[in-house]
Amino acid sequence: MSDFEPVVVAFLCNWCSYAGADLAGTSRLKYPPNVRSIRVMCSGRVDPVFVLDALKEGIDGVLVAGCHPGDCHYQSGNYKTNRKMKLIQRLLKDLNMDPRRVRFDYISASEGQKFADVVTEFVQTLKELGPNPLKGECQ
Amino acid sequence: MTEKLKFAFYWAASCGGCEIAVLDIDEAILTVAGAADILFWPVAIDTKYKDVEEMPDGHIDVCFFNGAIRNSEQEHLAHLLRKKSKVLVAFGSCAATGGIPGLANLSNKKGVFETVYHENASIENPEGVEPEPSSEVKEGELTIPVFFDTVKTLDQTVDVDYYLPGCPPPTKLILQAVGAIIKGDLPPKGSVIAPAKSVCDECRFERSEKRIAKVRRIYEVEKVDDKCLLEQGILCMGPATRGGCGGPCMDAYMPCTGCGGPTPNSLDQGGKMISALASILGIEDEETLTDEDLEKLLDGVVDPVGTFYKYGLPSALIKRRVIP
Repeated sequence: MSDFEPVVVAFLCNWCSYAGADLAGTSRLKYPPNVRSIRVMCSGRVDPVFVLDALKEGIDGVLVAGCHPGDCHYQSGNYKTNRKMKLIQRLLKDLNMDPRRVRFDYISASEGQKFADVVTEFVQTLKELGPNPLKGECQ
Repeated sequence: MTEKLKFAFYWAASCGGCEIAVLDIDEAILTVAGAADILFWPVAIDTKYKDVEEMPDGHIDVCFFNGAIRNSEQEHLAHLLRKKSKVLVAFGSCAATGGIPGLANLSNKKGVFETVYHENASIENPEGVEPEPSSEVKEGELTIPVFFDTVKTLDQTVDVDYYLPGCPPPTKLILQAVGAIIKGDLPPKGSVIAPAKSVCDECRFERSEKRIAKVRRIYEVEKVDDKCLLEQGILCMGPATRGGCGGPCMDAYMPCTGCGGPTPNSLDQGGKMISALASILGIEDEETLTDEDLEKLLDGVVDPVGTFYKYGLPSALIKRRVIP
């Protein structure tokens, strides 16, 4: 299990979290290279279907990050996503999937360090959880 | 039309409600009987599987297949009827999206047998007998169908031409489908024979506030008001469910439970409902709500899978509970 490298998809909001990830890069902060970033205009754009589809396709963990409460460029997208992700976690629990495979966090444009920390911690958790049990299921 | 059409009906893992729905078209059944001969219909006419096996391939014009696939007999008949039919229609929620039997995907064969043959309060089974696919008796070997771990939809088993969702499919849609078949005016293969709009679109209630403070189960509501049930806090699957039914449940002040399946172009009914619900639940004071308050609010969704995938777990993105 020690050589298991989880695949993580990260949906990052354009106004805060993607800029935060950018800052992590320009600041030359080190974080695990397991993340595939997808920029979305708002974390509220992330449909629960995206998250479920990613898991179905065998992605080991899905990270969604948006602006801090009160900072959403579109007023309330981050609140909506927080609730969506919590509901998805409840759904996954019922389906006997570890809810820690999906994670929502607030990362602002100035929090390059937080982005690096969140990714490091998430990848560590996923390494402990092992591969997505749906990986390789052909139907 | 010179020659009568040849129809067949079959039921797999289903309750029989779809068979009744066929008769619910009332006197129009006479038109159907005038236009078509029914070659195979286990619930109503005395035909044997052998009769179907002896037909040439493609002999049946249209087969209406209801029920999900959860054992080897149903799987065999699905393959057989596919071979013998020109057009195969997944009739009803079970065949189209998995239906209520599909919720067995929260367990597996072992779990289902454990409950049904050992744990249920009314069970007396001191010898712990379970059905075996094959058993030896003095007359020879007896076989029964093999029970599967996972419930499948019809199109996960064989190629399906059309879908008629609903539990059971609304009479109007059955008539529309049968009418199109008789006229030979069928939509493109793979079509769902139902409107492309959601149940909300047909519901007589209007959505006005688009916000709910708390989820309430129907028994917790003293009097259901004459307005959108979702806005009264009752979990109604209308926004995520394909219409065509005309909203009879809401007419009776009961929420939509989602039998129409996902709306067109939506990969996952439950995912869409989570999205719809999260957008309106607890927005009143979302800035001040703590995570703890939020969890308490979401506790109102007592059974996420049973609510969001009541009729569609086998056709959802994540089709079953993960069994370690």
